[in-house]
Amino acid sequence: MAPMTEDLVAVAHGVPPYVLVSGPESVLAERGLAEVLDRLRVAEPGLEVIRLYAGTYEGGELVLHTSPSLFGGAKCVVVHDVDEASDELQADLLACITDPPEPDLTLVVLHKSGQRGKRVLDALRGARARVVDAPAIKTDRDKTDFAAHEFRRARRKATPEAVHALVEAVGKDVRELAAACQQLVDDTTGVIDENTVLTYHGGKVEATGFRVADAALSGDTAEALRLLRHAIGVGVDPVPIVAVLAQQVRQLIRVGSAGRGRSADIARDVGMAPWQVDRARRALAGWNGETLAVCLQALAAADAEVKGGGRDPVYAVERVVLTITRQHARHREG
Amino acid sequence: MSVWRDVIGQEKAVATLERAVRDPASMTHAWLFTGPPGSGRSVAARAFAAALLCPQGGCGECRECRTALDATHADVDVIATEGLSIKVEQARDLVALAAHRPSVGRYRVLIVEDADRLTERAADALLKALEEPTPRTVWMLCAPSVEDVIITIRSRSRHVRLRTPSVEAVADLLVRRDGVDHPMALYAARAAQSHVGMARRLARDEHARIRRHDVVAMATKIVTVGEAVDAAADLVTIAQEESAAASGERDAAEKARLLEILGADPSARTQPPHIRSQVSALEKDQKARATRFTRDVLDRSLVDLLSVYRDALVLRTGAGSALVNEDSRQVVTRVAEVLTAEQLLLAMDAVGTARERIDANVAPLLALEAMALGLRLPR
Repeated sequence: MAPMTEDLVAVAHGVPPYVLVSGPESVLAERGLAEVLDRLRVAEPGLEVIRLYAGTYEGGELVLHTSPSLFGGAKCVVVHDVDEASDELQADLLACITDPPEPDLTLVVLHKSGQRGKRVLDALRGARARVVDAPAIKTDRDKTDFAAHEFRRARRKATPEAVHALVEAVGKDVRELAAACQQLVDDTTGVIDENTVLTYHGGKVEATGFRVADAALSGDTAEALRLLRHAIGVGVDPVPIVAVLAQQVRQLIRVGSAGRGRSADIARDVGMAPWQVDRARRALAGWNGETLAVCLQALAAADAEVKGGGRDPVYAVERVVLTITRQHARHREG
Repeated sequence: MSVWRDVIGQEKAVATLERAVRDPASMTHAWLFTGPPGSGRSVAARAFAAALLCPQGGCGECRECRTALDATHADVDVIATEGLSIKVEQARDLVALAAHRPSVGRYRVLIVEDADRLTERAADALLKALEEPTPRTVWMLCAPSVEDVIITIRSRSRHVRLRTPSVEAVADLLVRRDGVDHPMALYAARAAQSHVGMARRLARDEHARIRRHDVVAMATKIVTVGEAVDAAADLVTIAQEESAAASGERDAAEKARLLEILGADPSARTQPPHIRSQVSALEKDQKARATRFTRDVLDRSLVDLLSVYRDALVLRTGAGSALVNEDSRQVVTRVAEVLTAEQLLLAMDAVGTARERIDANVAPLLALEAMALGLRLPR
């Protein structure tokens, strides 16, 4: 292949010689990488892709792979985990980022987060690398945005309720969420609404210890037990569920005994975040010291039982959840 | 002077051991020392080792005696653990050691200080060496009670039972050995409930006395639910701080030393994988040690707390026995006034349950909260 200028290469497949995929969300990073490779392959079907990993990198490998080959042909070198790069790999990368860039070579660098490898990132930005962002998807709102974007990308209409229901059902893992979106896109036609989601994921809710605790402390026996069964069904261990329940009850007691005052002040006094104080205050409506004390004592007994003191850990958690909801009811009667 | 001078209040056990030293027909190759914590199990085992190695049968003056008592004698090995258990690897090393002939003395002595902390596999690994010992190898295992070691070890060893020494005997020891003045020694021995090591610590460390005083005072301070939860948090914080203070510097020094041995650069931000694995193994050991330390401190606090209710029960029932907390009589009297005998027993039960739960791996804070809620005084 005749040597081309940088601009011509970019025109042929729309990818500059340096690409930086930056961000901790592996689904987005992989997708960004796949997109780059697809574009390169359109222009050059015989593209050679070489993957290097920071964990197993040995000095000089990069030079070996980036130097021009006797038989020519386009190459793409993908360097994973630069956030864990050894000094050798960093030095090799810096040497490799040249101006003008090597012809027929595309260098893709994946960096999750942190300060390590910052010089490489700066050099890449200086060399006008394309930056593909892969920001972390953590909150429910991020996940809702992500799912909505997935449907938009596939040119499908989805109602907000449908997106919400989907995140509720499979939102724990972003990868799973992406796969679920893909499945809905592939298997259904027309507008995706709540019923469509229910057909595929009906009755499924991501249950964690926290949601069990929320339901139990609001006195909703049926919901608490349903979530608990569900959590155990999807493999949550009874031990952390008891720990979360205990933590929440403890917070209620501490906030309850801290008295009135600004939530920020109380948060500082009892070592909690202000939003936790506000939430505990709302939850306190159904409780008094006596009923909370009974709950905490039941939880200590349950903790012993789930850690080998009893025969059936699941039964122990279930019983303590029932104890908690019953104490809540007792307060209402009294 | 004799090697038995620090083995206090154990006349019967000492007589048995002295006979074994004098008369080869009374000697055997595996001994199991049992007695409550602080009764001097390991002291008795060391004294016995010294007596066996001493040419005069335990003069307490010669080189053999002194080195054996300090556990620096070439033929005396003391195995103690700072972690939660003695692992099978350590037990296998011991078995190999037991096969050696003594190098200078008449016997090779292996003292296992925490035989109750042998894991089941570790105990199994010792069985063969205990049953068919190399001639002139003597095993001495120490445990709180015979039930704490597996039955197959129990049946292979001769049992020596130690009693709780009297308060006066412990105080005398403190005066004689550690040079503590008499009133303080008496207070410490009483407050430590004849636990020799604890009494020594109380007598010499003002910090320990203050902490004990705070714990005892706690008994009258818990009234509301909030106070109970706060008291539990205080207990855990104290224990963790003490653990951190005791181990922080030592942990760092150990890590620096390990890196030095491995030839690694201590200032490097990340170490190469093979060094990382060594460091993380060390950190795991240190964490187990810290857990054990925190638990031990907590347990000590709980025993102190228990003694308050015991004393209150003595007052309430008019039994007339001596009080453990003579110095905190006000606290004890107040508790005895407010709680009935039945409630006192329930409170003691609550403390006992918490100790059992912490031992069974329940989160210490949760176990203590449940306990403190059971210790609330009526308004």
